Formats: sequence, C-alpha cells, structure tokens
Amino acid sequence: MMSNSRISSQENHVFVPKTLTKTIVISIVLLFIVSVLSLAFGSRFVTWNELMTGLFYPEQDSYGASVVRERIPRTVFALFCGAALGVSGALMQAITRNPIADPSILGVNTGAALFVVSGLAFFNISTASEYIWFAIVGAMLTAIFVYAIGSLGRTGATPLKLVLAGAATSAALSSLVSAVLIPRTDVMDQFRFWQVGSLGSASWNAILTFLPFLIVGVILAICTAPALNALALGDDVAKSQGVQLTTLRIFSAFAGVVLCAVATALAGPIGFIGLLATHLVRLLLGPDLRIVIPMAAIAGAVVLTIADVVGRVIGSPGELEVGVVTALIGAPLLIYLAIKLKVRSL
Amino acid sequence: MIKPKHDFQAEEIVAGYDQKTILNNVSIAIPSHKINVIIGANACGKSTLLKTMARLLKPDTGAVTLDGKSIHQMPSKKLAKLLGLLPQSPIVPEGITVTDLVGRGRYPHQSFFKGWSKEDYAAVAEAMDMMQITELANRNIDELSGGQRQRVWIAMALTQQTDILFLDEPTTYLDITYQVEILDLLTDLNKKYGTTIVMVLHDINLTARYADYIFALRSGQLIAEGTPTDVITSKRVEEIFDMKSQVILDPVSKTPLVVPIGRHHQHT
Repeated sequence: MMSNSRISSQENHVFVPKTLTKTIVISIVLLFIVSVLSLAFGSRFVTWNELMTGLFYPEQDSYGASVVRERIPRTVFALFCGAALGVSGALMQAITRNPIADPSILGVNTGAALFVVSGLAFFNISTASEYIWFAIVGAMLTAIFVYAIGSLGRTGATPLKLVLAGAATSAALSSLVSAVLIPRTDVMDQFRFWQVGSLGSASWNAILTFLPFLIVGVILAICTAPALNALALGDDVAKSQGVQLTTLRIFSAFAGVVLCAVATALAGPIGFIGLLATHLVRLLLGPDLRIVIPMAAIAGAVVLTIADVVGRVIGSPGELEVGVVTALIGAPLLIYLAIKLKVRSL
Repeated sequence: MIKPKHDFQAEEIVAGYDQKTILNNVSIAIPSHKINVIIGANACGKSTLLKTMARLLKPDTGAVTLDGKSIHQMPSKKLAKLLGLLPQSPIVPEGITVTDLVGRGRYPHQSFFKGWSKEDYAAVAEAMDMMQITELANRNIDELSGGQRQRVWIAMALTQQTDILFLDEPTTYLDITYQVEILDLLTDLNKKYGTTIVMVLHDINLTARYADYIFALRSGQLIAEGTPTDVITSKRVEEIFDMKSQVILDPVSKTPLVVPIGRHHQHT
C-alpha cells in the first residue's frame, strides 16, 4: 500500500472540503453585509449614525432611526424566506434529479397562491398561520398533481416532462387565481401586493409563525441529504445502497413543499430563488448535497435580501416588488440552463 | 481477509415488468467466491435475473434467499453491506469529483451522526488503489476516458465492501483494451478478497476466459449452467445464441474459444 500516505494527506481536504472554514466565514460575512445593506438602503438612505442609533439605542428617536427599526423585521424575514426557498429548490432538484426544478417552475407556489387567494375570497382568512396552512395544502396538492402528470407515459418523470407539467399547471392555476380575484375588488387590492411577492408586509408575528416551519423543514432536508446523494447516482444505485426510495422521496418532498409553501404564504410567490441559490452553491462547492442543502439556505437568504434591496432602490420612492426582481435575474439563468441541458441531450 | 461464504439462491423466480413476464421459473444457486457470468441472447432476461437477485426487482412469484432468508424482507441497509450493484448506466452528477463519487459507496456503513470514520477513509483509499485511480482523485468525472470512468464506478461499488457484487455489463461501450483491463481488475478483486461476482457479459469469449461459472438463459429460462468447458460447446452455443460456431481451445488461457461461422466466410 505504497499509495496510502498520499491518500491520507488527501482525506482531509476531499471529504471535509478544504474550503469549509473559509465557506463558513464568507457566509457569515455575506449575511452580515446584506443585512446592513437591507437596513441602510431603501427609498430613503439612512446614514451610519442613524443606523447605529436605530439598532442599538432604542431610547433615542429620529426619523432615520425609526426607518431602520422598521426595516429590521423586513430584513429578518427576507433572510428566512430566502433560506426556505433556497433549500426548497435544492430539495426539488435533488428529488427530481432535475437541474431546472424550482418551486416556481414546478408550479408549486402558484398552487399555494391559489389556495391563499381562495382562502381570502371565500373563508376570510387573515392571520399568518391561516395563510400558511392554506398555502401548505395548496402546494402539496399541486406538487402531487404535477409529479403525477409528469410521470405519465413509459419514460417516467423525466426532467423535461416535469417542467412542462409544472409550466402548464402553473398557467392553469394562475388563471384560476385571476378568476377568483377579478370579481372581488376588495380582495383584489389586499391581494395584488401579495401576489407579486413582497417582503414589505413582514411583522414579527409573521416571522414567529414562520420560524418553526423553517427549522423543521431545514433539519429534515439536511437529514435526507446523504440519501439524496445516493439518489443522485440513479434509482438502481440508491436502492442497492439500501436507500428506501419511496420513504426518502416522501420525506424530502414534504420538506421542500412545506418550505416553499410557508415562504409563499407570507411573502407571495417569489420565483427562481431556489434555482439561483442552488446553482450558485453547486458552481462554487460541487454537487455534494450534504453541503449544497445547508449552503443553499445561506445563498437563498443572501440572494433574496439583495434582490429586495435592489427592488427598493430601483423602485424609489416606492418599491419594485422582490418577486419582479428575482424573475428578472432568474429567467435568463433558466434560459441558459435549458440551452446547456439541451446540448447534453437531456 | 477473505469474505464469508453465503448460501445465495433464486428459487423458482417468475419476474418481469408491468404485465410482461420475462423470467419464467428460474432457479439458480450462486457459488460463493466465484466469478459468475450470466449469458444469453438479447432480451433473454439476463438483466432481469441480475436485477431480481440484486433486489432491485421484486419477483412475481418465487424468492431470492441469502442464507435462508428472503432478501426482499431483509432490512435494506443491512442487505446493502452484503449485496452491491453496479448498474449498466448509472447517473453521473454534474461536476462531481472522483473521490466524492467513490466515497458515496460508503452510504450503508454510515449513520447521520457518526460522519466519516477511519474505516470509511480506508475503504475509499483501498478501492481507489485497487482500481488504480488514486492519481485521479481530484479530477472531475467528465474529464475521464470511458475506461477510467468505469474503474471509478467499480471503485464506488467496492467501497460498499459487500460480499457479493453484481455488475450489469461492466464492459459495454469500452474498447477491447479496457474490457480486458476491467475484467482483470475484477479477477484481482475476486482473488484478493473472495468477493463473489455475478455479472452479465455480452462477449462470449471474454466470458469463457474470465468466468468460473456460467448461467445461460434463453427466453427467460435457464438452459445450461456450469464451468466454461461444460457450457461453451458448439452445440450449446447454438442452443443459446442460435448461431453455428466452432469451439476451439484459446491458445492463451486454454479455455474454450467460440469462432462464429456465419454465411460468407467458410474456407473450403
């Protein structure tokens, strides 16, 4: 075993990525930077002094400081929503082995949206937790439906068929959303804002309702990562490694759908974050899902918060909803990926 | 360390996909510590038999038993330490490195909280050494040649450290040089650890040379089994493949060598 010494020197940086510490440090720094940006920028820029006062001197009051204080829940909410959507995207890509899977592309968050709208129109829902439960049911049903349609035929659930099924379902559900909304001007106003995806309505109450779902979803996602790594090599390899495919798919899909649904319930359908976050992480750190899944949370948080800041700055003095911004960044990426995949004869 | 012996059998298996029955009442017993090769014409059920024995496919009737217990009823992770499989076309995740891929074979030996143990690292190092891919450790799979890639996959299956290893046509799409290389490496593995190998091969002559024991299928039924000398005779070859041939002695290995006759090239 003459080569053993060489391998043992590789061990440490191959399995525990040599960049792990670096990655964690960079993540923390990035989260810090985007948080500061999110607090400082918006339709009104605040100065460093106002920022400090707003954060650390609650007894002092000034217009700038109160702007900062109002932006705190919004920032926290953006980070949490981004994390949820990032992990949800990573899970959906892993389960379907489809690099262009994302809650928005698979129609899952439109399903959540339809249920929330129906809740608003027919059941007078108003609290954050009511929004969440309606969204979860809608997202679950849509996910099952899209997967069932996409698996029809001899070839099973191929990436392309899933995306088509998702797009078609999404279009159909969107029109149902309009059908519910248009005759109801009162709901329409309340709803229009929600539908494009906005983080502005964040309250501490909503964040606290959101938090348990986020924690459970992310933990479940991280727990399924090793088995999803096996699944990435194909169903046969995964089975022969002892993975119980159905159980794995149910648990990880459940986590992915819940994460997406909860974020959608509170912020409206925000697209492409899962896609952007996961591809960013994979590009930088490789395809090991034990790393991709937790890092997609960080990347999602960073990307969504930046998108929110950009929307506020561009849209000043009002704001451009974050859902519009993420679509503007995400759509070109989707096109790029679709072209690349076609070349690889998907 | 030589792997333990197992009593591994398929008993009166009927199996197939959807409504279509492919295997019709096949019973075989896999000899331990041997290189076993399943042969037969296209669509005779070779892969189906392999998949059923590797518990990827549940038989409609009959059972596959390992030391007296039905494998379809054993806990899946426990079984995964005994039976390993390399399917015909596994999926390569984009951008994966050699070591990452090989390391994924350790899945059944790991639990979530334990993380990577010394044994895991040792198994990966050993498998990479055996398949002579240590040099490639940090390379991207996409950059490798077909032969190198196949060695990486076999190394992945080896890290699972199973007593029995299934391979579905491990030499398909490879140049002859790599075919021989892969089969030599599998023979090394079998000699060194006593790993029982069960594989499907297309090439009858490579089968004759490398197999210790052959199972021949035709239309979903077992029609012959035994050592290469028993099974590979011109009469049997005609039964299995519907092809006339002469069987001569391979001057290199002294095993049977099938020379097809065909319609055009008989020298009279």
